[in-house]
Amino acid sequence: MWDTVFPYLLSGISVGGQYALIAIGYTMVYGILRLINFAHGDVFMAAGIIMVYIAASGIPLWISVPLVLIITAAVGFVIERVAYKPLRSAPRMSAMISAIGVSYTLQNLVLYITGGLNKQYPTIPVISDSVRIGPATTKVVTIVTPVLVILLVVALVLLISKTKIGMAMRAVSKDFETAQLMGIKINSVISTTFVIGSFLAGVGSVLYFTNYPTVIQTSGAMPGLKAFVAAVFGGIGSIPGAVVGAFIIGIMENLIKGLDVILFKAGLVSKPLGLAIFSDAFTFALLIIILVVKPTGLFGEKTTDKV
Amino acid sequence: MRKKSRKPAVLTWIIVAVIYAAVFAAEQLLPPSSMLFTVLKKGATYALVAVSMNLLNGFTGIFSLGQAGFMMIGAYVYAIFTIPAESRPVVYQYYDGGLIQFSLPVVVALVLAGLAAAFFAFLIGLPVLRLKSDYLAIATLGFAEIMRVLIQWNNMGPLTNGSNMLRLYPSFNDFNIRNANGEVTVYLSTLVPFLIAGVCIGLIVLLLNSGYGRALKSIRDDEIAAEAMGINLAHHKRLSFCISSFFAGVGGAMLAMYQTTVQAKFFTTAMTYEILLIVVIGGVGSVTGSVLSSFLFVAASEWWLRFLDEKQIIGSLEVPLLRNGFRLVVFSIIIMVVVLFFRKGIMGTRELPDLFREKRKEAVK
Repeated sequence: MWDTVFPYLLSGISVGGQYALIAIGYTMVYGILRLINFAHGDVFMAAGIIMVYIAASGIPLWISVPLVLIITAAVGFVIERVAYKPLRSAPRMSAMISAIGVSYTLQNLVLYITGGLNKQYPTIPVISDSVRIGPATTKVVTIVTPVLVILLVVALVLLISKTKIGMAMRAVSKDFETAQLMGIKINSVISTTFVIGSFLAGVGSVLYFTNYPTVIQTSGAMPGLKAFVAAVFGGIGSIPGAVVGAFIIGIMENLIKGLDVILFKAGLVSKPLGLAIFSDAFTFALLIIILVVKPTGLFGEKTTDKV
Repeated sequence: MRKKSRKPAVLTWIIVAVIYAAVFAAEQLLPPSSMLFTVLKKGATYALVAVSMNLLNGFTGIFSLGQAGFMMIGAYVYAIFTIPAESRPVVYQYYDGGLIQFSLPVVVALVLAGLAAAFFAFLIGLPVLRLKSDYLAIATLGFAEIMRVLIQWNNMGPLTNGSNMLRLYPSFNDFNIRNANGEVTVYLSTLVPFLIAGVCIGLIVLLLNSGYGRALKSIRDDEIAAEAMGINLAHHKRLSFCISSFFAGVGGAMLAMYQTTVQAKFFTTAMTYEILLIVVIGGVGSVTGSVLSSFLFVAASEWWLRFLDEKQIIGSLEVPLLRNGFRLVVFSIIIMVVVLFFRKGIMGTRELPDLFREKRKEAVK
């Protein structure tokens, strides 16, 4: 039984970690701007495509990976300046529509550049090597991911709680206008948020595409939505919440993918039910349930609307 | 007080009548393979769906992203109930001819498609409509994704044909009147979608101009004030959600007729986004705007901007950048410009009759 479940659990933890890195971007932006950045999943996908093209140009890997992260962060910065900043005082729906527009634009741009073909993600040595853990064979990236996620989250939490820019971020997310009156440069705080979020999405993309090594313009949509669900599940605005939510969703999703096999091996069903296709649907069902039962999520703060 | 002039209304009716007459005439005169008809058929379909989305997003202020899901339900219900009995063994070849062994008339199936979508809207609306703006958007989007997976599930195969396509049901081309030899005598394949969409949009306009419509607009403008005025928020939101989904379902059925095949994997969130962008380009809160921008959107993407996808040579110079996919890039940029700089869209919140009123005022000046 354990031997059947373990591989799914392992890949669940790995995917969960990758979702976590995307989810942090959602949750930080939402915490500050109250905006669902629909384009975030596509930034993640763009990071994958940028890596494909940089690797193809023959730049050695130890330069190309940091380069990808820097370019991805720059993409996030530019998107905020071009598409969200002009709409900051507009109704929230406008900003959300703009986010959807950016997502549409990024996907079409990548479609144009790649010609709509699957692109093979470059193999990164060490982390794409196979390794045997107990009953399962997997890639090194599976073990690296959770460790890296924890390190990055600790660093991020320290940044937010100890540094001046972190204090500014907390102030802005508490009260936009008052923070401005206190002399906080809102624009640079928001830009920093986008840069950090996109940077982490870039890290996530390196890990994710090492596991699933093809990139196409729609590759970012599903991971993006799932990471968003993770952020809501954990309580949007809360970084530890997003990470916990992402791990739960990653693990559950992979267990459902393997549910047919697990049930079959355990002798509970005689023929496969085809439940694996519900792994995506489960995430959204979870979202609806969470929103109805506890809209603030696991760790979210309670907000009250004033008239 | 000046008496309200009837002239704008009359002019509007005349314009609508002229458009329908022109569509009918064009179809008899031009070759049926002309791009114009593709645009008109798909445009009419999208117009209905866009108006139904506008009813929700623009007039009630509920930001829902479930439109593709409701369209899919409509498309499937229509297709499932209209495939002729003799074609069923071919379509459901992997499922022993399927579960349902009868077929309904087209009009009945259309209404049924709408009702099915409205029923699902009612169910999902019970928990979801209590949510605030962006959470509601994500929840409805999630619902659409769940439905898509459910329809493709192998165990649903006898009903939905699983992930295989449904086909051989009556499409727009089957409305053409043929003589005994099978030659077409009267072309109706473009007029019929116009009629279906026209009737549905007409009903939506009637609703918007009624007391219910005013209640919906007041909810959009200020929920709390509306509630204080005695408007039952839950009831009105549910009503708007179900009606919008009803017409999205009918629109989905029309899309099925247009495409001649239905497959769940095409009803993605990208489709919802596309419709939302149509609504935004037309003007959030304007029925006329949604209709206009649907036709513009379809014409631009299917017809006018096609040249961007092919190599063009002017003189001896090859124009750079032009290759497959460039059309969509140009398109996205246009959309971003509209979203960022022309937030009111083509029409803002004005309607067709308003245009004549303004013109008259200018003339008086």
